Amino acid sequence: MKRTALHDVHERLGAKLIEFGGWHMPVQYGPILDEVTTVRTKAGLFDLGHMGRVRVTGKDAVRYVDRIATNFCAKIPTNAIRYSLFCKEDGNPIDDVLLYKEDGGSVFIVVNASNTDVDLAWMREHSKGFDVKIDDQTDELGMIAIQGQTSREALQKLVDGFDLGDLGYYKFTFATVCGIPNMRVSRTGYTGELGYELYVPNAHTERVWNALAEAGKPHGVAAIGLGARDILRLEAGMPLYGHEIDATHNPIEAGLHFGVSFAPEKGEWIGRAALERVQKNPKQRLVGLTTEGPRVPRQGTPIHRGAEQVGAVASGAVSPTIQKNIASAFVKLGCDQPGLALELDFKGKRQACTVQELPFFSRTRK
Amino acid sequence: MTSKTTRPDDRKYFESHEWAKQDGENVIIGITDFAVTALSNGNDSDLVYCDLPEPGRELAQGETFGEIESVKAVSDLNSPVAGEVIAINQKIEEHLEILSRDPWNEGWMIRIRPTSKNWAGEKLMSAAEYEKYLEAQKH
Repeated sequence: MKRTALHDVHERLGAKLIEFGGWHMPVQYGPILDEVTTVRTKAGLFDLGHMGRVRVTGKDAVRYVDRIATNFCAKIPTNAIRYSLFCKEDGNPIDDVLLYKEDGGSVFIVVNASNTDVDLAWMREHSKGFDVKIDDQTDELGMIAIQGQTSREALQKLVDGFDLGDLGYYKFTFATVCGIPNMRVSRTGYTGELGYELYVPNAHTERVWNALAEAGKPHGVAAIGLGARDILRLEAGMPLYGHEIDATHNPIEAGLHFGVSFAPEKGEWIGRAALERVQKNPKQRLVGLTTEGPRVPRQGTPIHRGAEQVGAVASGAVSPTIQKNIASAFVKLGCDQPGLALELDFKGKRQACTVQELPFFSRTRK
Repeated sequence: MTSKTTRPDDRKYFESHEWAKQDGENVIIGITDFAVTALSNGNDSDLVYCDLPEPGRELAQGETFGEIESVKAVSDLNSPVAGEVIAINQKIEEHLEILSRDPWNEGWMIRIRPTSKNWAGEKLMSAAEYEKYLEAQKH
């Protein structure tokens, strides 16, 4: 199992560590639901050192990314970030990613830990004929997120010569943080909150974490594990590979149109034809569900309308923010209207649920 | 977590972390402190749901009689002993914190009439054997 630069910090904090995507990661430091509430009311600090980080440089970088990724890389403004996917010819994704469009036409890509090896192999396989260099920076860089309403005040204390208020949602810059120059700082996150992600050279990761924890104390900042992160992202309606999207769940039916460009100028890209067909003729849609009952919907829990199964749960959780159990779920078209009453099937025992639009919660753009 | 809780030796233990204890003619069944901690990670608010069977149900040894759910996951509850369910502890379904407080007595889950009087035999462990079993699982 791989360890991030912050592994010892988590052990000192008494975290419960689990295997996740090949890494030994903190799932919780305390009660998971309390950690969710901390992020919703104050702010949280996350170790994301397990995320894959790949930089694509070279003359053809943008054209190459436009071939392998679903979003329109050439149209992304410099210093902006866009959600995108890597899809196979059948339109089903091997991963979802963030594209950071850099000055000079290079692209920095953040991928999921569990898919990093698959992504890299796939990226290299499809790089033939392009003048690009694919540089896996995962093992050189730490990654720390600070997420929540007080994140800006806390992080600002450590940033020299840059006002975080000037950094828009899904924008990035290179700033001096804790005296370390040129650190990539992006206003991104996986919580639905105001927040930032920092890409820190490994040698400095622990120092930056400790400085953030210290600077964040008066702002209620606490370390948050992957358990809470999963609930936060589900409340925020954000997809997780292996749940809302995977080798059999395409991004169109998962509601991720904003990450897929069918612009003619983007040209041919892998999976385009298949996704255009889905776009014209979708069979199902990802919706939110809330349920007043005690049982927590889980991936695969069948959804019924009367005797007919009309869908299945993609992700489920106890939501301390909504104060209900919630889920994302694929339901067939015609059963996707908000307010529609459906039933979850727990091994034959039914529990009422109601269709909702996703997300359940967001304040990222404030 | 290497706390050496000495577990009660007035009962038998099962590989999936349930216990069974003679109670008059019958046997009461619950889950161990280890199971509760694994599910709740020490936070009793992390336990969200427990589903127990209807009385009258016949159970084979190892058969799933219910489910317990935490914020993170669902686990099956398996019967260490074959027999008929004659009562359930309904209080648990409403007050899961009982399991954290007292998994050994107040936290009993089901009472069964065992198929055999000599239920305490095969596949069940003493408290000492169960502790060794937990130790071995760590490695």
